[in-house]
Amino acid sequence: MGEDALYTIDNVVPPNPIENLLRMDRIPHIWCPGCGIGTTVNCFVRALQTSGLDLDKVAIVSGIGCTGRVAGYIKLDSFHTTHGRAIPFATGLKLANPELKVIVYSGDGDLTAIGGNHFIHAARRNVDMTVILINNMTYGMTGGQVAPTTPISATASTTPYGNFEQTFNLPFLAESCGAVYVARWTAFHVRHATKSIKEALTKKGFSFVEILAACPTLYSRRNKLGDGLDQMIYFRDHSEIKHGADTKTVALDFQGKITVGKFVDIERPSYQQLMYDHLKKKLGDQYIPSPEMKNVYGKNGN
Amino acid sequence: MAETVVKRVKGTVVIAAERCKGCGFCVEFCPTKCLELSGQYNSKGYHPPVLVRKDDCTGCDICGMVCPDFAIYGFMKKKEKERAR
Repeated sequence: MGEDALYTIDNVVPPNPIENLLRMDRIPHIWCPGCGIGTTVNCFVRALQTSGLDLDKVAIVSGIGCTGRVAGYIKLDSFHTTHGRAIPFATGLKLANPELKVIVYSGDGDLTAIGGNHFIHAARRNVDMTVILINNMTYGMTGGQVAPTTPISATASTTPYGNFEQTFNLPFLAESCGAVYVARWTAFHVRHATKSIKEALTKKGFSFVEILAACPTLYSRRNKLGDGLDQMIYFRDHSEIKHGADTKTVALDFQGKITVGKFVDIERPSYQQLMYDHLKKKLGDQYIPSPEMKNVYGKNGN
Repeated sequence: MAETVVKRVKGTVVIAAERCKGCGFCVEFCPTKCLELSGQYNSKGYHPPVLVRKDDCTGCDICGMVCPDFAIYGFMKKKEKERAR
């Protein structure tokens, strides 16, 4: 059915398939030429369209930064929150209305540096949400400072002689904290990323998709790596798809090999499910959950 | 009884040239290499892509998926034929 929508009879030109989910009055967007964030939005919107979710019950939460602008461009209920606090806002949304599908769409600096603790604890609790993290290996909006995801020896505006800090291995971080779905793709792997986002959206619990994207203006140019297209070609030539790889082994080096794929896909009861079951067991009939809570999490014979 | 036969002929792309920022992703990653950056400028001074080898386009929409500016998308054309039994 989804593929059939692309077909047309003779000379009828169908509209752009993603325009109905974008706020077209805000397009063209602010991202630089060659930036990979737009590509990931393309994948995300296509995944949303084919996921079968009720789009009236989907909420997008973004933090601050270039990727944080995504919430403003997608024509769904969306929040543009304070810096690093996308996951706490999303947790609150999900707790207040368990029927919502909450998606956090933000950048590496926002989610793992400023909001690092929130990320860890949301994964530990297995809060029912999908986190899509766009990793461009720097702080793009503020001027290319070194981020926790900047590879060793890469130059940033705050490390003119090269970065010497240990780099975050985000899939390993997410898995060790307890995420039930962990995948990594690059902006080049559009079809894989779309499929992966779709799987993450339908997964119960904390699902995490990392997508590497180029920052041509502040990362590639400063490191003499060419423009956005050169970085996409690097993603194409140096990626290796390894589903189920040990996340300990997927750390990123400066312009080294990139291991992509779906690393973790396990089942674990979500925070809301545990809360419902626990309170039901402890309080019995005294526990009166909200109708939405009961609707979503009360299906196991309660 | 007439039977409707659906036959795929070929594909094509739609380009919103004014939205393009000339990154060249669609040209590089087109599986059949049927796009090229044009010599023309849009009003922002970028070179948008053009479909130069029309017969090669399969309408696979890879250009639409890699485009960061939502400025191009591909679709497949199909033709309906009536076939008498």
